[in-house]
Amino acid sequence: MFTIVQKYFKKDTQAVPLAVFRVLFGLMMFLSIVRFWMNGWIEKLYIQPKFFFSYYGFEWVKPIESYTYIIFGICGIAALFVALGYKYRVAIIVFFLSFTYIELMDKTTYLNHYYFISCVGLLMIFLPANAYFSVDAYKNPQKAFQMVPKWTVDSIKLLLGIVYFYAGLAKLNSDWLFNAMPLKIWLPSKYDLPFWGDLMQQPWAHYAFSWSGALYDLTIPFLLLYKRTRWFAFALVVIFHVMTRVLFPIGMFPYIMIVSTLIFFDTGFHSKVTRFISKLLRIDYSKMVALSQAKKYRFKTNITLPILAVFFVFQLLFPWRYLAYPNELFWTEEGYRFSWRVMLMEKAGYAQFKIKNTETGEQFLVDNTDFLTPFQEKQMSTQPDFILQYAHFLGEHFEAQGHENVAVYAESYVALNGRLSQPYVDPNVDLMKQQESFCRKDWILPFNDTIKGL
Amino acid sequence: MKFLKLGILLAIITAAITACSSDNDSPEETSDTFDRGAMLANWTDNIIIPAYTSFNSRVVEMETATTTFTETPTVENLQTLRSIWKEAYVSFQNISMFEIGKAEEVRFRNRLNVYPTNVAQIEDFIATGNYDFDLPSTIDKQGFPALDYMLNGLAVTDAEIVIFYTSNSNADGYKNYLKTLSQTILTLSNEVLISWTGGYRDTFVANTSSSASGAVDKLTNDYIFYFEKALRAGKVGIPAGIFSNGTLPQNVEAFYKKDISKELLLEAINASVNFFNGKNFNGNSKGASFKTYLDYLNTIKNGENLSALINDQFTIAKNKANELNVNFVEQVETDNSKMLASYDELQRLVVLMKVDMVQAFDVTIDYVDADGD
Repeated sequence: MFTIVQKYFKKDTQAVPLAVFRVLFGLMMFLSIVRFWMNGWIEKLYIQPKFFFSYYGFEWVKPIESYTYIIFGICGIAALFVALGYKYRVAIIVFFLSFTYIELMDKTTYLNHYYFISCVGLLMIFLPANAYFSVDAYKNPQKAFQMVPKWTVDSIKLLLGIVYFYAGLAKLNSDWLFNAMPLKIWLPSKYDLPFWGDLMQQPWAHYAFSWSGALYDLTIPFLLLYKRTRWFAFALVVIFHVMTRVLFPIGMFPYIMIVSTLIFFDTGFHSKVTRFISKLLRIDYSKMVALSQAKKYRFKTNITLPILAVFFVFQLLFPWRYLAYPNELFWTEEGYRFSWRVMLMEKAGYAQFKIKNTETGEQFLVDNTDFLTPFQEKQMSTQPDFILQYAHFLGEHFEAQGHENVAVYAESYVALNGRLSQPYVDPNVDLMKQQESFCRKDWILPFNDTIKGL
Repeated sequence: MKFLKLGILLAIITAAITACSSDNDSPEETSDTFDRGAMLANWTDNIIIPAYTSFNSRVVEMETATTTFTETPTVENLQTLRSIWKEAYVSFQNISMFEIGKAEEVRFRNRLNVYPTNVAQIEDFIATGNYDFDLPSTIDKQGFPALDYMLNGLAVTDAEIVIFYTSNSNADGYKNYLKTLSQTILTLSNEVLISWTGGYRDTFVANTSSSASGAVDKLTNDYIFYFEKALRAGKVGIPAGIFSNGTLPQNVEAFYKKDISKELLLEAINASVNFFNGKNFNGNSKGASFKTYLDYLNTIKNGENLSALINDQFTIAKNKANELNVNFVEQVETDNSKMLASYDELQRLVVLMKVDMVQAFDVTIDYVDADGD
């Protein structure tokens, strides 16, 4: 067994798939940044709001007013450098740090795909993705290699496989499979799709979408791994992600996933891509190949593998942390994020905060629009850690205004997957006295229903 | 062979990208069993446009009565103007929720009904004769609340009020201010009505897209926003001191007239119920509405009968509001608990609409990437 493992880590493979992945990933990231900027979202999401929701432990990560544009600028340029393979190691580190900083600025905008990109960025810091078909290799033949260790390419496949498989596991619950929720809510609202509008109203279609979605997520990594099913699998990838793009507002994620899965293809395919790009940019392709003729990339230090081993153990275990919490995961969301639970539930909520003077009993309600954008208010009202952080913000805000003995109470209602709304947070608990932690939040009221499954 | 595959693939990807690159999409033909176009048509043709038409004729009368009064400032003409002002104010409760299109552009609700009105500034404007109602800073010096002050709040008796328009040293200033107030309301009302009866009706009805810019999504958001902020908070919650330390009787709607605050609230609740049920403004027939849409979606979902829950809660809220004093200033000062009770019932409606109804409709609140968690 041990020798098999040892043998595997000595295996080499062509560097070209890694190079193509680097180019496409860098370009996609560059386009994402441009799209974000052009949509005016930097202004709208990071400059206009008066208050930002921080991740636990990352309270120091904040937008820096209009300088936030500079972070986005740096991130975009770094992505372009990654695509070019120019000063790659620095570029990918800068990309990872700037992108992760952006992601951490406000958890209102949390998207699984941002987390995915941070993970890929972190992984790529340790991979020799500039060994081939890069400016680095072109300028310095010392850095040009045609072969890389096989595990470097496989590590990206593994990460993609985890994302899909875990997303599939998360769908194995009674709401998704037996009630076709939340698709029963989401699909009928897509009535205006050409040709599909009618279908979106049919209950059988909701079940078909639910089951095939779960099946797709669970099987696609394996279908992509085996050569005989690969083209079929890739066709599925394209169809599935184009469909999610049409149906849901998830931005660039579908395209990024489509492009990423190309890593599963043979070197022949990737060579064609590099030749095609060379032709497009009028680069002397033969020179590129000649530079790196038959050289094998070797890691200078042997700490890379242990680091990546820790990374992947973390990836495999972290999504299961919800098991440590006793209550329904969808209701309390303790351990929900960073676990590849993508488009999994529909939650709507309403939260109103009461500021009370504990001495005199004087009290008043807060108008959330004074502090939050509509998007922030929507996200806040269904997620307990948001509610808690906002309550503390309100308490401190009114204390600074001269109010005394401030206690903050929330009256809130949440509807989950089409169930009737019910009270969410205990209205008699002074939230100022509660602190954020990884401990269970016992001030969330019971769900009064069960969702079976993983 | 491989090239063929690659070619097909690229074609699919290109097609996909071009097919869905429009996020604020243009309307498409719909043919599912619930026709949102029909709902939009019922809203506009049977509710919105008739309500605006009715309001506009009240405002025309109000403008004429204002001219009569300023030309001949007598107690009798004051009383006539006042009763027409009240009619128009009540009628306004039927259109205030439709802050969309032209109304949104001119900030109709803010121009017509921001209260409490700023008396000191109004007196200042009258004294200097220098004011521009188009400026956003003047919203609390115009509209019905400013007229309320000019017709009911200048003095205690009608005879004393008339003196401001006759023998006051700046009588012309008062007359001009009153006239400008009336005329501004008429101009705005005309603008909005003409926009609806002009091209906007068709644009609105055709905009059946399910994006944040679609007419159903937008008006749903507007309706709930109105109900939560203008009706629940504005008319009941704020005066009852829900959002402040202590009550704020001066924030009652029609503060100077006083005895119509309940009538305005009841009219607003009725208008909200009728819109929810798609009831024709000029009759009892009902068309496609939030109610029928919820009922349709429930045939798919098989959940709680949400439309019935909402209608029941509307009835409870109306009954609670009926128990209130005609004069909310008195109500707040003598027994505020009744105001609070009324607020609580309206609050339950907000939860049902903002949480449950919005979830059922899957209304988009804004155009940003979000993956539903």
